[in-house]
Amino acid sequence: MRIIISNSSPVPIYQQIKDNIIDQILSNEIKENESLPSIRNLAKDIKISVMTIKKAYDELEKEGYIMSVQGKGTFVSPKSLELTKENAQKEIESNLIKAIDIAKEFNIDKKDIFDIIDIFYGRDN
Amino acid sequence: MKNAIEVKNLVKEYKDFKLDNINLEIKKGCIVGLIGENGAGKTTLIKSLLNIIKISKGNIKIFDKDYIKNEQIIKDDIGVVLDNMFFPEILSPKDINLIMKDIFKKWDEQIFNKYLKDFGLSKNKKIKEMSKGMRKKLEIATALSHHPKLLILDEPTSGLDPVVRSEVLDIFLNFIQNEENTILLSTHITSDLENIADHIVFIDNGKKVLDKSRDDIIDNYGILKCDIKYFDKIDKNDIVKYKKNKYDCQILVDNINEIRNKYKDCIIDKITLDDLMVLMVKGEK
Repeated sequence: MRIIISNSSPVPIYQQIKDNIIDQILSNEIKENESLPSIRNLAKDIKISVMTIKKAYDELEKEGYIMSVQGKGTFVSPKSLELTKENAQKEIESNLIKAIDIAKEFNIDKKDIFDIIDIFYGRDN
Repeated sequence: MKNAIEVKNLVKEYKDFKLDNINLEIKKGCIVGLIGENGAGKTTLIKSLLNIIKISKGNIKIFDKDYIKNEQIIKDDIGVVLDNMFFPEILSPKDINLIMKDIFKKWDEQIFNKYLKDFGLSKNKKIKEMSKGMRKKLEIATALSHHPKLLILDEPTSGLDPVVRSEVLDIFLNFIQNEENTILLSTHITSDLENIADHIVFIDNGKKVLDKSRDDIIDNYGILKCDIKYFDKIDKNDIVKYKKNKYDCQILVDNINEIRNKYKDCIIDKITLDDLMVLMVKGEK
């Protein structure tokens, strides 16, 4: 696992920890059912307060990415990859809706939008 | 029992200074940072907690017991580092080991030796031959070697260079791996606390002026910077404290995200504990 924290970022540290973990679940670097370090252990290793890590873990658990098992530790949820993909999809949808709204406002054709997507989606390949 | 320390209505009166009605709850398993300018009352508060100085009024509970009545029993579970070294300078770590063995029932010679080794301290070197950093590390090693559950530290990192400070912070983080353990430390090197403290207590002129979680402060407080003319446009309810300088105004806010949306043309910086201290002490309301 990797956790990289920026002290100058406006994003709160607990959020940065969450983002780090979610990104690695999505890229399959942290696998489903894999165990995560304990709150206190992680606090020591990345030199961040216990409460901050606890907040990150609590939210990850509430959102379904991880689960804690009494006496055993914290694990990546079995459905977490699906969940991250679902959330990514939701974000894509909401951004596309914005794009479509703009397109409609300026009478831009659906086909033109698809063309734009084609150009940009294939850009890196 | 959730709290390691509970202070109720603590008053300590001197002729020219008063620690004024301090209430404090320090949860177990936390690192709590006590901040404030020199002379604000941090050391007075710590010495009052430890019954080193007699309080004028109030109630102190440590591990759920009245501290003043049960001092001898509770003391065994507290490790203390005070601002000034309390060992005679002619002693060596070896001598300290012998003395401490007699004082603390749970003194652990092996652990003490291990800390000395980890910190690179020689057993036979006299304190007077040690650098400031070595002395501080020796004090910390001593405070930790009777397996305390609570560490009370007054300025444990002052006078230390960044490398040694980071080593010391590692020791603290290691100590609270056990969630029954608690640390209260005072400091004016606030950057040490910025990331590792769970909770910040801010004392100014003998009064507690802020008592909040680290996340609450660092994630919600901020400084809005604008020119003098713009200052009048700012909603007075958004201002915690402000400071008008010659070329700019600095305004302490406690809800940075709303403020960022509300005053889009201003510079709004994240808070550091240093800025917070200066604005709380020097700022107007």
